[in-house]
Amino acid sequence: MNPKKQHIVQDPPSFLSSEDRNVDKKHLKLAGLEPLIVTPESNFINVGERTNVAGSRKFLRLIKEGKFDEAVDIARHQVEGGAQIIDVNMDDGLIDGKEAMVKYLNLILAEPDIARVPIMIDSSKWEIIEAGLRVVQGKCVVNSISLKEGEQEFIRQAQLIRRYGAAVIVMAFDEKGQADNYDRRLEIASRSYDILVNKVKFPPEDIIFDLNIFPVATGMDEHNRNAVDFIEATKWVRENLPHCSVSGGVSNVSFSFRGNDTVREAMHSVFLYHAIKAGMNIGIVNPALLEVYDDIPKDLLEQVEDVILNRRPDATERLLEFAEKVVGKTRENKQDLSWREEGLQDRITRALVKGIDQYIVADVEEARQLATKPIEVIEGHLMNGMNVVGDLFGSGKMFLPQVVKSARVMKKAVAHLTPFIEASKDATSRGAAGKILMATVKGDVHDIGKNIVSVVLACNNYEIIDLGVMVPPEKIIQKAIEEQVDIIGLSGLITPSLDEMVFLAKEMQRKNITVPLLIGGATTSKAHTAVKIDPQYGAAVVHVNDASRAVTVVGDLLQKERSQGYKEQLKSEYESFRNKFLERGKRKEYISIHDARKNKKFLSWKTSKIVKPKKLGTQIIEELDLKLLRPFIDWSPFFRSWELHGKYPEILADAVVGEQATELFKDAQKMLDEIIEKKLLQAKAVFGIYSANTINEDDIEVIDPVSGKKFIFHTLRQQLKKKKGVPHLALADFMAPKKDGAKDYIGCFCVTAGFGTQELAQEYEKAMDDYNAIMIKALADRLAEAFAEYLHLEVRTNHWGYAAEETLSNEELIKEAYKGIRPAPGYPACPDHLEKETIWELLKVKQSIGVKLTESLAMWPAASVSGYYFAHPEARYFGLGKIGQDQLKDYAKRKGISLEMAQKWLAPNLVEE
Amino acid sequence: MMKRIEELLEERILVLDGAMGTMLQQYKFTETDFRGVRFKDWPHPLQGNNDLLSLTQPQAIAEIHQKYFEAGADIVETNTFSGTSIAMADYHMEDLVYELNFESARIAKEVAVKCTAREPQKPRFVAGSIGPTNKTASMSPDVNDPGFRAVSFEDLRLAYREQVEALLDGGVDLLLVETVFDTLNAKAALFAIEEVKEERGISVPIMISGTITDASGRTLSGQTAESFLISVSHIPFLSVGFNCALGASQLVPHLEILSAKTPLAVSAHPNAGLPNAFGEYDQSPEEMAFQINEYLEKSLVNIVGGCCGTTPAHIKAIAKLVQEFAPRKCLISV
Repeated sequence: MNPKKQHIVQDPPSFLSSEDRNVDKKHLKLAGLEPLIVTPESNFINVGERTNVAGSRKFLRLIKEGKFDEAVDIARHQVEGGAQIIDVNMDDGLIDGKEAMVKYLNLILAEPDIARVPIMIDSSKWEIIEAGLRVVQGKCVVNSISLKEGEQEFIRQAQLIRRYGAAVIVMAFDEKGQADNYDRRLEIASRSYDILVNKVKFPPEDIIFDLNIFPVATGMDEHNRNAVDFIEATKWVRENLPHCSVSGGVSNVSFSFRGNDTVREAMHSVFLYHAIKAGMNIGIVNPALLEVYDDIPKDLLEQVEDVILNRRPDATERLLEFAEKVVGKTRENKQDLSWREEGLQDRITRALVKGIDQYIVADVEEARQLATKPIEVIEGHLMNGMNVVGDLFGSGKMFLPQVVKSARVMKKAVAHLTPFIEASKDATSRGAAGKILMATVKGDVHDIGKNIVSVVLACNNYEIIDLGVMVPPEKIIQKAIEEQVDIIGLSGLITPSLDEMVFLAKEMQRKNITVPLLIGGATTSKAHTAVKIDPQYGAAVVHVNDASRAVTVVGDLLQKERSQGYKEQLKSEYESFRNKFLERGKRKEYISIHDARKNKKFLSWKTSKIVKPKKLGTQIIEELDLKLLRPFIDWSPFFRSWELHGKYPEILADAVVGEQATELFKDAQKMLDEIIEKKLLQAKAVFGIYSANTINEDDIEVIDPVSGKKFIFHTLRQQLKKKKGVPHLALADFMAPKKDGAKDYIGCFCVTAGFGTQELAQEYEKAMDDYNAIMIKALADRLAEAFAEYLHLEVRTNHWGYAAEETLSNEELIKEAYKGIRPAPGYPACPDHLEKETIWELLKVKQSIGVKLTESLAMWPAASVSGYYFAHPEARYFGLGKIGQDQLKDYAKRKGISLEMAQKWLAPNLVEE
Repeated sequence: MMKRIEELLEERILVLDGAMGTMLQQYKFTETDFRGVRFKDWPHPLQGNNDLLSLTQPQAIAEIHQKYFEAGADIVETNTFSGTSIAMADYHMEDLVYELNFESARIAKEVAVKCTAREPQKPRFVAGSIGPTNKTASMSPDVNDPGFRAVSFEDLRLAYREQVEALLDGGVDLLLVETVFDTLNAKAALFAIEEVKEERGISVPIMISGTITDASGRTLSGQTAESFLISVSHIPFLSVGFNCALGASQLVPHLEILSAKTPLAVSAHPNAGLPNAFGEYDQSPEEMAFQINEYLEKSLVNIVGGCCGTTPAHIKAIAKLVQEFAPRKCLISV
């Protein structure tokens, strides 16, 4: 090619805005049916290598035997398993490599679920590479070329690769041989780079260096620096050869420890940890042979790091010695299957208690063949095992996450038996201890707690009819009648759900239903249940807020001998609770809204500096890399949702729940890794900062800079009588009054990490895996909260910038040590959910990121957070408490809604008359 | 001296012509007309071989180009959409491919030169139209044999090479690889173009235009708009764009992706709406211009024209409209 005549895409001219320039950033861009763009922010790109005849014996055999269909499945598994690029290699003496490459590529390219990822055409023979390039429409990677055969051939191949439109892996190999030390790696890499970029005009971002990963701890001293040299050379290449990538096959490094997976896994993980830090961004890693860096035991980690980083001369010997111990231990650990030789019932019980689902189908099948009727296996073996689980859970020796795992095993077992039971037509004889209907009420979308209770009850042999979320009352009643259920469980997280529950109780009373009601969920309380729900319903109503209590309560309600007595006892207990509560309520004193306003918090707007936001108006974050959110996660509530109580990280070492918490945490980390790597959830946000001032004492006037339209946020003021000198707060106090003439600002936001949760949870549920179905929801909730925290930080330090100098740790963030607040409508400082509608209108939340409000103003997807930003240094979180009729009337008038409507939405905050 | 197209692109939005086929239908040519004198004894039916009309009805082709230029087009496309040995095999005219392309290019260029001479301030250009052929290199036509391919990269490369050489010899100013439904076909065409450019030591602006065939926003061969863009990013194009298959409005989301992801000029030549129950395109020039207005308001395109169903009236409406807008900022490769 004549370089002078070539149209070379240069850096964009200066008239392009910075946003425009973004599109031409020199990132490695590959494409299958879908794009893969490798940016500095990307996670490590994992290349699937099981479709390599040199790497997989199974694949080699399939190709040799001409079983291409099965070979295609291997590629599919790789993509499903998270491979972002598929490496295809047909270099074997007994295969016609060119023909096999073309045939195989044509077949996998016909499968959209495989062809969505880019292909890596891997061969040491140029003719095979070229044949591959001629059948792939997307942008592939050629693996590989090198200076082995001299410059001329290198240039020729590079030019052709360019013309076919592919990226290239360059091996650190030249005429003299393979680079095996630091200097040689640098020498070959920079020479190759120079030829490619300057002579061939190959785009530097399309160059990937394979800097040769060689084994360490081989016993030969000259190999001791193999890993260090690779890591250091990687760092040099990434720093000195702009825009290129570095790749390699990781398993080589641990070659001397074949057969000792514990040590190998640790070595891979340590090597990757350091190589990725140095800039290795692509590689072939077998995920099955990879330990989590943080999970490597301290002693092993130290020994392995000594070897990888060549930190002491006797590192190899020490690791070898250590490895022998580990081998002994792993055998004990991993191969301790002695329990498999125990009796059938013991095996089934153990599988249920330990949550091991590997052998359950075989064991249950064995039991079925021994039983006269398949149903006996459930009633006998499985229930015996579940009773042990129930006892252990009841006595605090098992914890919720374990029980949910037990349930997973139970479900698999039952699924295996169901067809046999149906075939033998005695399905009806299945003796469930009772039928329980579970539902999250109309307008509410939160179901983690409800699902946990359902699973635990199912474990205790209750049949669960789960109607899901947002279930209208008429459907609950209709199902309850149709299915003749024994108990109805209602769940809700947001305050409007409380009203829904009251309504449902009234309706049930009207229809003369007498099924006991279980009430649960974060906003429910014994007080609300006793005061509002119980008087509406003649039959038993009981507030149950954790799964273990649910089992006892349900047991007591359904036990024939005790049932009646228990129900009566409940009724009188709730009545006396109600009376006491109402009396206590009456003893509190409230002042008029007029007096409360006179005692508001007066902030000096003359002395306090109002920082003008960098940018006014609305901004959207289309998709945030979830990786960024991980450090912001507050884990303590996560453990709480699994009923493990304690503060993170201390909980991991807790004497009682520590072990379970650690296990749960590990599972959560694993799923989180997967969520982040495969982008299983989408994090989106919309937020804005606007000119605003307080008007009419308690309202905040906000101006949208685009439309010029005015919006009003209505705030509520505390009315409980206070000691002298303590102000009666409303959020409006934290905003400069318009009449003072100070220009002030307010922000608001909605973040979500919930898109994708529903689908994933359903998949897990379909696979009878409630444990992971609950886990994904709990994690999505955590990510949404983390996003709110992250965005608040960004707003404080950047978009608004009033705390540009802030440096707070995550613990400090969790403790809310930051300046300014982000209260959320529906929560204590501003309990009116209706205010969300104003935020939705101002930010155009639904249009921009798709988060919707249900009729009860719950956000959907559930893993979403919305609220306001107040910047004043004295702004703080507070609880509104109860308000009087005077404020209610005034509020309804200000908001332009009817008194009834205001009453409905603020019911939990009204002083009982 | 005539301004180069690269320079013009920085100044204003350029207008591409409309449909050739739609215009030819109005002539209601019969089998005899298609054959002309030269092919009166050709052993195979020829009606429908529009490319052949450059040889048998050259005055009609010239007239259509003329009308599009008069309507305000800056660029017309040669009558060579099916001008490869692969597509011409249907008429057994593989051996005529060079001549068809050469003549089509020559006719268009002649009209362009005349129009430019009349209005030197508005130079006119000819783009050699390079169609997708009637076979796909990435997909099997046989559902029971997914590994089968009806055409290979090598077949395509050789066929395109022949077409490209003839178009260049006939005098085209630029090359337009269009209606790309399979990126691998396009990559073969681009490979051939790069080969010819290298051998001749020439530089020629290249436009590429894919076609999104369904609502999911993918090409027929399954790629997303961005994947298509990345897969051909090794070529220093004058412009990238989309044409055909959809009406102007339906093309907006896909143009938005292109416009956001490429620094290059962006082109669009949509159909006159979606076909009605009789397979006819009945969108009026005003309706189409109204929809194209959205491209301009959103600053999505640098080159805009029409595909199936569009006429000089459509192009006139578009040409009038684009005058009111500044071109989208883009990177012109020089």
